[in-house]
Order: sequence, then C-alpha cells, then structure tokens
Amino acid sequence: MGRNFLRPVIGLTALAIILIALPFIITRYYVDLSIVFFAHIILAVSFRLITTTGDFSLAHVPLMGMGAYASALISKYFGWPFWLALPLAALASTFVGLIMLYPLLRMKAFAFFIGSYAIGEALRLSWIRIGIFGGHRGISGIPHPSISFLGFRTINFSGVLPYYFLALAITVLCLLIIYRLDRSRVTDIFKAIHEEDSLVRSVGINVTAYRILAFEVGTFFAGISGVLLAHHFGHIDPHQFNLTTGLYLLIWVVVGGYATFAGPIIGVTFFTLLGELMRPLGAWMPLVYGIILIISLLFLPEGLESLPERMSPLLKKMGIRDRRT
Amino acid sequence: MNFQLILQTIINGIQLSSFYALLAIGLSLVFGVAGIANLAHGEFYMLGAYVVWLFYNLRGLNFFAAVLLAMLLVGGLGIVIERGIFKPLRGNVLGVAIISVGLLFILQVLVGQIWGLGYPKRVDDPIMGALHIYGVTIGWQRVIIISASVFLLSMLWLFLQRTKLGRAIRASALDSEAASLQGISINRSATFAMGIGSALTGAAGALMSPTVAVHPYMGHMALLIALIVVIVGGVGNLKGTVLTAVLFGFLYTVITTFLDAVIANIASVLFMVLLLAIKPGGLAEHGT
Repeated sequence: MGRNFLRPVIGLTALAIILIALPFIITRYYVDLSIVFFAHIILAVSFRLITTTGDFSLAHVPLMGMGAYASALISKYFGWPFWLALPLAALASTFVGLIMLYPLLRMKAFAFFIGSYAIGEALRLSWIRIGIFGGHRGISGIPHPSISFLGFRTINFSGVLPYYFLALAITVLCLLIIYRLDRSRVTDIFKAIHEEDSLVRSVGINVTAYRILAFEVGTFFAGISGVLLAHHFGHIDPHQFNLTTGLYLLIWVVVGGYATFAGPIIGVTFFTLLGELMRPLGAWMPLVYGIILIISLLFLPEGLESLPERMSPLLKKMGIRDRRT
Repeated sequence: MNFQLILQTIINGIQLSSFYALLAIGLSLVFGVAGIANLAHGEFYMLGAYVVWLFYNLRGLNFFAAVLLAMLLVGGLGIVIERGIFKPLRGNVLGVAIISVGLLFILQVLVGQIWGLGYPKRVDDPIMGALHIYGVTIGWQRVIIISASVFLLSMLWLFLQRTKLGRAIRASALDSEAASLQGISINRSATFAMGIGSALTGAAGALMSPTVAVHPYMGHMALLIALIVVIVGGVGNLKGTVLTAVLFGFLYTVITTFLDAVIANIASVLFMVLLLAIKPGGLAEHGT
C-alpha cells in the first residue's frame, strides 16, 4: 500500500520540478506557448466537467470570452487590480451563463448542443455591435497584472516569467478544485443524469439543479481561462471566440476522451505538441485536426485515454508469445 | 415609410425565405431520415458556389448547367461521405455531429488551399439587369433564385409523395424500425436522403453564388441559418422547415432593412431560443 501511495507522489513531484524549471530552460516563444497551454487546460477540463451531465456546450468558448472581456474592461477602465478582476470576471461569465441556461435547460443532448452554439453566437455578435466591447477590433492595451500587499510592496507580473508562474499557480489551483469535485459524490450524480435522467429524477434528485451546478462551475473556470488569456495577449477581439475555437475545444476533448479527468488534459497536450511538430504545415493544420478527429471517432471512440487499455490485450498477447519462444 | 419600400421589403423577404428553405431542407431531410446532423452542411453550400464559380465563371459553361453540375457533384459527395464516415456512427446523433466537424475543417482547408484564400471570388450574373414593377427593382438573379427554389422544393415534394422510393424515405423517417420490418432498407433510405439533401444544399450555394462573396468560410453563416430553421421547424419536419424559413426570412429582411445585419442575426438567434424555451420540440412535432 505504501508503494501505491508513493508512486503518484513521486510522479507529481517530478512534474512539479519540471514545470518550475521549464521556463528557465526553454525560449521565450515556448514560455508564451506554455501560458496559452495552461489556459487551454483549464478550458478543456471545465468543458469536460459540464459534459459529465451529457450537456456538450458550444457556448463554452464565448463564455470564456465573457470572462476575458469582463476582466479587460474592469482592469482597463476601472483600474481595479488583477486579484479583484479575476474572480469578478469569472463571476460575470457565471452570471451570463445563468441567463443562457434559462432557455438551454429545456433542451437535452443534441438540441442543447445546437442551442448552446446559437446562444453563444448571439453573445459573441453582441460584442461586435455594442460599443463598449470595441466592435470587430476588440480591446487592446489590457494591463499586465500586478499584485500589491497593503500598498507598499508590489509584485509586477508584466514579465513573461512571473506571468508563467502566476498562470501555473492559478491552473494548479483550478485543477485541484475540479479534481476534488470530480472525485465527489456530486459527479456521480452528474454521470447518472447523463446515463438515465428520468431514473435520477424518480429517486428524488433535482436534475435541473445539478445541471445548473455543473454548467455554472464549468463556466466559472472558463471565465478564469479567458482572464488568463486576455492579460497574456493584452488584446482580445470577438474573432478569437468564434465557432472555430469552440470546435477545436470539442476536438481536444473528444480525441483526448471525456470519460475521465485526465482525458481533456491528454487531448490538449497531444494537440499542443502536434501543433508544434506540424507548424511547417501552416494553413493545412485544420485538415490534420479534421483527419485525426474522424480517425479517432471511428477507431478510438473513447479517446486517447483509452489507448493503454486497448493496447493491453495486444501487449499481453505479445508477452505470452515472448514467453513461449 | 412608403408603399414602394414595403413592397421591396416583401420581395426581398420572399427571396430570402426561398433561399432559407432550399438551404435548410437538405439538413432537415437527412436529420429526419438518418439522424445525421451534418455540421459540414455549410461547407456543402460553399462547394455548390465554388462549382459554379469554377465551371460557369472560369470555364464558360452555361449557368444552369453549372447549377445542375453543382447538384450532381455535391450530391455525390454527400453519398460518399454518408457511406464512408457517417454510417458507422449511425444512431449516435452527437457522435455524427462531432465527426462532421472534422469534415468541415477538411473541406474548408482543401478549398482554401486549392483555390486560394485571398480575395473572395465573384460570380457574374447570368442575366444582367433587373425587373421593374411599380417602381420596385428585382434583380434577375433574385427571380431565378425564387423560381428555382420553388421548382426544386416542389420536385422534392412530388418525389417524396408520389414515388416508391420517396415513400420509403418518409417511412424511414417516421419509424425506422417499423419501416425495416416492412422490408424497407434503412441504409438505402439514408444514402438517398443524404444524396438528395446534399444536392439541394449544393443548389442553394450554386444559385446564391452571384449575389454573395464566394470564399472558403462562407459556410459558417449558412450553417447557423440552416440550424435555426431546422430546429425551430422541428427536425425532420419538412413542412415545418419551409414555414420556419419563411418566418425567419421575413424577420431577417425586415430587421436588416430598418436596422442592420448584425442585429438581424442576434434577433434571429434570440427568437429561436425564445421559441425553443416555449416549445422545446420546435414549432411542429415530428412528421414529414
């Protein structure tokens, strides 16, 4: 038992050392990439949290954008500090998500999927149309975060290295919270709703309340992801949060697998590495995405996370053959 | 507001409605018969426009021959795709929708890389000039779109009502299990529905091509419109789809005339969400 306990501890410690040492080894470009990668991890993991109830939300990316816009407006026009803007922006996403839920809760499965796309698109179009959001050009000059303690000591996160650690800390915190939630009884109820919602209702569980809970918690973290991206790029526009981004998110999570907590993390990691390897392909890249998605759905419907399980009978067969020879 | 403006808005509304109906009917048919929610629908529309640009504008083929060619090519592509990648996932609506996302990216990139991203392509009007009635101007292309849409939709209706294959397709949409007990091949119905649906979508793109900018990403807006019309009309319900197309065609035209296009899009979406919140099953329940 001691051994079972030790293995994840060793693994996590190694991962922590790598992640802390990494920005000092790699070039500026890859540090930037890692920050975006962290934001995408939060986005994908929170998306997968909502899917546990069976609701695939294409409004997730526009709601991430809501967080980004809210934080940009709060820090640029009110001049409020980052540590205040971060939760407020995430709450703004949550609030907009709650309004969206009013019609969306009446839809299930595929209707929810399309309904969430349409209503998310309405939110995105409103940024183009409403003046304060800056129209097609969006908002530029979003300040870098800085944290001051009682006004006399200030940590400035304007450099890329400090921002890396800030993003890393926020990501780890978010993942811990979602992981705890994933291990709790609540997620069992989410999954039960996905399997058989009328049965869940018949034993006295409020299905609607749990769907709201899953959607709102997921949306809160999508908002945080948006805040991280907005302050990293310093610029946001409606184009960043369009259907294409939403479909990429869907591809990461579906190809990675959404049955377990690790699936979306595997998916984002896989596609980030692939994106770097295939950078010379340039504009052909979405084609590769498309082909991988189709192959994955036809031959590996449970995602990359199920690969070891699928391989094990094959490996066992090979192992037996090895012993015979 | 004068009489001419009202009449002009009505004519524009009729034109947009007929386009919406032609664009959405294929999606609705395929969804009803085979449970295929093809999110690459907008790309089929885009391909229809590209076929016309390629054969009519560049090769000098007759416009109507080019439209027919677009229907054949896009319809054929639909059949190949149904057989190749949708069939293994049949019954899993969300799965098919997600796999069609892969197709969406592939078609966009292929078209963009083969014929270039740069400037949108322009397709010349096959008949120049316009029709003038009571001071209202109707471009000939609009007349062509309206009449061709009405013709194609009537042909589809006749086919579904009067032929054996059409009746088999309707039976599959109503109850696939009962239909297969009667000896109807669901596979055959699904393939034909996909072929016909794709051909009509290709026709929509082909007919609209002289009035819009032809580029690889033109399918996005078309997909949004088609989804709105199909979902509000009740998936698989062709009459509902046509009625909803008229409703949203006029809604969009009126708002665009008096306000602007972005507001018209937002209003269409919110109107759909409102309708769904009141009647989750769409305006009409199932039935072809």
